[in-house]
Amino acid sequence: MPAIFQSALHPAGPQAASISHLWWLMFWTCSAVYVIVIAALLVAISRRRMDTRPSDGTLRTSVVTAAGITVVILFGLLFASVATGRAVASLGAAEALVIDITGHQWWWDVTYENPTPSLQVKTANELHIPVGRQIRIQLKSSDVIHSFWVPNLHGKMDLIPGRQNLLWLQADKPGVYRGQCAEYCGVQHANMALTVVAESSDDFERWIMAQRQPAPPPSTPEQQHGLQIVERGPCAMCHNVTGTVAGGRTAPDLTHVATRSTIAAGTAPNTRGYLAGWIADPQHMKPGAKMPSTGLSAEELQAVLAYLETLR
Amino acid sequence: MMEGATADPRLEPAALAREARELARTWREPEGFIGWFSRIDHKTIGVRFIVTAFCFFMLAGLLAAAMRLQLAQPRNTILGPDLYNQIFTMHGITMMFLFAVPVVLGFGIYFVPLMIGARAIAFPRLLAFAYWMFLFSGIFLYVMFLLNVGPDRGWFSYVPLAGPEYGIGKRADVWAQLVSFTETSGLSVSVCLIVTIFKLRAPGMALNRIPLFVWAELVTAFMVAASMPSVMVASGTLMMDRLVGTQFYNQAEGGDPILWQHLFWFFAHPEVYIIFLPAQGIVSMIIATFTGRPVFGYLAMVLSLVATAFIGFGVWVHHMFTTGLPQFGTSFFTAASIMIVVPSGVQIFCWIATLWSGRVRFATPLLYALGFFMVFIMGGLTGVMLAAVPLDAQVHDTFFVVAHFHYVLIGGSVFPLLGGVHYWFPKIAGRMLSERLGKIAFWPLLIGFNMTFFPQHILGLMGMPRRVYTYPVEMQWGALNLLSSLGALTMFAALTVYLVNVLVSLRRGAVATENPWGASSLEWSTSSPPPPYNFHPAPTVTGREPLWEPDVAERPVVIGLSADKRDVLVTQLMDAEPDHRKEFPEPTVWPFLTAVAVGGLYIGSIFTPWAVVWGAIPTTIGLIGWAWPRKGNQPRHLEREIAHRHRAAAEHA
Repeated sequence: MPAIFQSALHPAGPQAASISHLWWLMFWTCSAVYVIVIAALLVAISRRRMDTRPSDGTLRTSVVTAAGITVVILFGLLFASVATGRAVASLGAAEALVIDITGHQWWWDVTYENPTPSLQVKTANELHIPVGRQIRIQLKSSDVIHSFWVPNLHGKMDLIPGRQNLLWLQADKPGVYRGQCAEYCGVQHANMALTVVAESSDDFERWIMAQRQPAPPPSTPEQQHGLQIVERGPCAMCHNVTGTVAGGRTAPDLTHVATRSTIAAGTAPNTRGYLAGWIADPQHMKPGAKMPSTGLSAEELQAVLAYLETLR
Repeated sequence: MMEGATADPRLEPAALAREARELARTWREPEGFIGWFSRIDHKTIGVRFIVTAFCFFMLAGLLAAAMRLQLAQPRNTILGPDLYNQIFTMHGITMMFLFAVPVVLGFGIYFVPLMIGARAIAFPRLLAFAYWMFLFSGIFLYVMFLLNVGPDRGWFSYVPLAGPEYGIGKRADVWAQLVSFTETSGLSVSVCLIVTIFKLRAPGMALNRIPLFVWAELVTAFMVAASMPSVMVASGTLMMDRLVGTQFYNQAEGGDPILWQHLFWFFAHPEVYIIFLPAQGIVSMIIATFTGRPVFGYLAMVLSLVATAFIGFGVWVHHMFTTGLPQFGTSFFTAASIMIVVPSGVQIFCWIATLWSGRVRFATPLLYALGFFMVFIMGGLTGVMLAAVPLDAQVHDTFFVVAHFHYVLIGGSVFPLLGGVHYWFPKIAGRMLSERLGKIAFWPLLIGFNMTFFPQHILGLMGMPRRVYTYPVEMQWGALNLLSSLGALTMFAALTVYLVNVLVSLRRGAVATENPWGASSLEWSTSSPPPPYNFHPAPTVTGREPLWEPDVAERPVVIGLSADKRDVLVTQLMDAEPDHRKEFPEPTVWPFLTAVAVGGLYIGSIFTPWAVVWGAIPTTIGLIGWAWPRKGNQPRHLEREIAHRHRAAAEHA
């Protein structure tokens, strides 16, 4: 599995960077306030000499002054908050890359929009984005409320059935950034992650060109047998493999599944061993997941794995 | 009715003792099996509320321990996702609905009448009904949990996850009816408290002499009355969506899942203040007592309470900043959420000023009040951070928020409540808690608390979301989670010491005098524990700190209330001038029976809408029995009224 990173304090894009500036401003201001108030409290309770008891007038002046300073600080923080809010809600560049993300229990359906339908790309649980370009992410849900959150790039935004929410983000540095669902969405909320791969625009163009291709035809007899099982067995009921007759739409698109780094929405690395375990008994790896046990024999399972490995 | 304390023969010691015996007979709590279900004394009910709520606190604590065990290591397998989701939901529901609200109301039920010098609480039968509803709600919830039907959709129960399509089974219905139960209870108590505080204050206790704790309970009761209807609408409509096919929250039929969030948070944010304001009242009482001077800035304190309540109704949208609401609109809620810091700040400054100018006695209750400052202020400051929309977008629904609200709720409410138990235990139980064990419990609690929850701030910033039953090893969240779990273990040990202290002192604690702390409020002017009739003779008040006023010995008392019936003096709202006498109801088992009927209706309606129809019949019977006039009473009282008038006329002539 590639280096996984998921932190709001290590921004990799302008939105996350603005928010992290706001965070540090808040952190130092609030820390100072805390230290001062607790210091005042400690002095108040450790005074031994009662002859220096302050008059009510002095106390009143102190309380009013403290309240006044509080109001001033709060206005400052309010201003900083609103200013940051304006900075991160960029109004969108014309050449932005548009990605549709639809939340499902418990995976992410990803579509790269293109005015030419045949150039659209469907994938799942893994985004590739070009560094330095604005990305317009359109968030929808097919079932319950989810929340899209890649902390290194931006704060979160909910995916709400019947609505479309927008999130603008941009990566400044190439890297692999992890995100996960941040709104409790049912039994497998914990295992609903996604990976964002930020790469140079050349790499990104290569990637998206490859994603537009249909699945390569299987070459070995085992792989051909695997395709047969995928097409005629249970897989095609839910999964799509472009270029074959498997055309299900209710589960992640598998056309290029071998290029992805994880399976089951970030639950496990995409290796032959984990994949075998996942297909043989999905409910063991991700109890409650919508993928049923397929009842494949060992020989069939190996054939399916051999075929899936060709889906690059 | 008010007479000088000297001349009247009714104030001779022998006459007073005779009348006290008669009062004890009149106000006696019924004995026996049925009697136990018939009790209506606010002290009995108050203790029941407090003890039951603390039992649920312990259960919720055990659930928290289970969660911390599961999260102590990445990819831990102690709890599966289904059970974990039930447990975090149960923990939240129990703490909010079955511990925090009932316990703060319980303290109000016990102490408000004592602090304002009243014989009883208003509508005592309604109060008994409220307790039974609360008890049934808790039993109902935990029976369902043991039957594997515990709610698992979070304490916020968002639709569509809890709706008919995705919330299959009965778990979401259990949540909805638990809410119906506890809100019925909470609303009933709020009515009792508001009327008691407005109409039953001792003569002379004008609005500007009401103790700060009573003010806090009054403001809280109003907040209950204003916020709970919102969640009752929410849970009622959810039940209808699930049970009879309405479409309030189905976006495909013109409903709206966001409507749910507005209704829920319009209740659930004020709920935080409902929990927190009475605790502030407790802090005020403790600080006044252990500095030996009144809390500085009474008017500012009261106005802060009221301001907090008002602003508290204008901040709910900060729970919804990530739902895609318009930016300009959300900035108002940012401003309101930041503004609410001002009244809390003013209160903290006033308390520090009080400590600054008084002579501090480091008894255990004060220690807990100081713990409140250390913990709560940090929770308040992270609250300011969460009010900022962009920052909230990062840390919303992460462990940062978990840390924040535990600092606010445990710091702002549980620490004062534990201090309050230490402070008032002598009054309730007649024995002192051990100071030594109290202090032994305090320090590990404070340290364990910070060990548990401080690392969770960092975890949230490191990207750990809430409500996850597991997390991958590669995320590097393991070490901080382990530290957090060890902190929870420390808290558990500290609270065990606290519990042992309570149980041992109940039997072996030093016997408490009337006023062991030298406090100023009226509850300390009667015996420990107080008699069923609270005071005899009933007190009057000439200042804000009744027992510290110089005239405490020669203050007038209330005479002329009958001792052979439950006579209570009703006073006027503003200046508490005597208005009229009111005879209070006798104990009865009807509130219990009515609660059984209503409980059956609520539970039955999980399964069929017809339960509302059939359940209405026993409920109506219960209410009729409850309100049935007592025969014999009227002629006897009429006779006495007539005799009284004749005597008055003769005196006049």
